[in-house]
Amino acid sequence: MYAQMVKSEATQDDPEKLAAFQEKIDANIKVEPRDWMPEGYRKTLIRQIGQHAHSEIVGQLPEGNWITRAPTLERKMILLAKVQDEAGHGLYLYAAAETLGVSRDELTEMLLDGRMKYSSIFNYPTLNWADIGAVGWLVDGAAIMNQVPLQRTSYGPYSRAMIRICKEESFHQRQGYDIMMKMAQGTEAQKKMAQDALNRLWYPSLMMFGPSDAASVHSEQSMGWKIKINSNDELRQKFVDQTVPQAKYLGLTIPDDNLTWNEDKGGWDYSDPDWTEFFDVLKGNGPCNTDRMEARNKAWDDGAWVRDGLLAHAEKKRAAKTAAE
Amino acid sequence: MSKEWPLWEIFIRGQHGLSHRHVGSLHAPDAEMAIKNARDVYTRRNEGVSIWVVEANNIAASSPSEKGPLYEPSESKIYRHPTFFDIPDEIGHM
Ligand SMILES: [Fe+2]
Ligand SMILES: [Fe+2]
Ligand SMILES: [Fe+2]
Repeated sequence: MYAQMVKSEATQDDPEKLAAFQEKIDANIKVEPRDWMPEGYRKTLIRQIGQHAHSEIVGQLPEGNWITRAPTLERKMILLAKVQDEAGHGLYLYAAAETLGVSRDELTEMLLDGRMKYSSIFNYPTLNWADIGAVGWLVDGAAIMNQVPLQRTSYGPYSRAMIRICKEESFHQRQGYDIMMKMAQGTEAQKKMAQDALNRLWYPSLMMFGPSDAASVHSEQSMGWKIKINSNDELRQKFVDQTVPQAKYLGLTIPDDNLTWNEDKGGWDYSDPDWTEFFDVLKGNGPCNTDRMEARNKAWDDGAWVRDGLLAHAEKKRAAKTAAE
Repeated sequence: MSKEWPLWEIFIRGQHGLSHRHVGSLHAPDAEMAIKNARDVYTRRNEGVSIWVVEANNIAASSPSEKGPLYEPSESKIYRHPTFFDIPDEIGHM
């Protein structure tokens, strides 16, 4: 999902403390920043929350790309508000990660030099306005699917960040679906654009949940610690089941010939995305990986004088105040 | 790498008459900017009528390992709760 393939860190802690910790998790008692926690729990969470935060921030780029070209002033203001929310989501998550003993700037540096990842989905381009509809509908839809259960995660600050984020997300998905409805009910050309956006973003959205359970090696420990609540395939299935009727309402076709209702499981059978493509995108070879990293690095470098200047001003003011006292 | 802006803890009064509540944190160069940023981040949907910001390193906290001894006195004094006393029904509400 926003955090894909987060490797659980091995833990070498006192077995007695570990057992007491697990008991607490099993009893649904939240772990707070100053409580004892296994090293592996702390490190895995930093990686997972950090990756989630980076995804919120990098995720602003494909949508920000369309703010200046939104078809109406109202659409522009809505998209601006949506993208601003994502900046807030990034902040909530960075702040949660910081309680684990890593600094905000360290996290940023790790993203910028490639030591940390962000979700594969944001390495795909948004080519036209219909893509903005499809992103809100599918990408935020998939994000919500993952974030709702994470509200119950064992780490207090992460759980509280998720609760805030979930409150804001449903506006995101609805604004996307609203764009899709307009396009799908529009002219032939608009309808074609909507279908084309769905065709291109469907499989990348399915990839957001991470590799299939059979291939996902890091889940068990994370599930034990309740920092992962559902398996990748479970969430992907829920997402497909939720999305199929929504596509149908739009009169659009999900680009999957194998999509069939399976009475026994009470859900849709669907085709997996191309996992080779997924791993390739994660390695840095997606259509926009280079662009995204260049944009983030440029923003960080170009903003350095502002960060330094404001800090220098604050220090000067503080010095003047102390001198006056 | 340049120096990082300090971390601020943000407290917001959600409605008139309620106390301020901790809502999260953010980085800012000074208190004035911390309030402006808090406005942008934590009150985008009418969540507040007043904002407090406190630099995080000015907060002193109790230690989780002292939880037992720190709160023990309150656990053993059950007579502090009104339900400890049996009051006859005849006298009405008390
Ligand atoms: Fe978000
Ligand atoms: Fe998002
Ligand atoms: Fe969102």
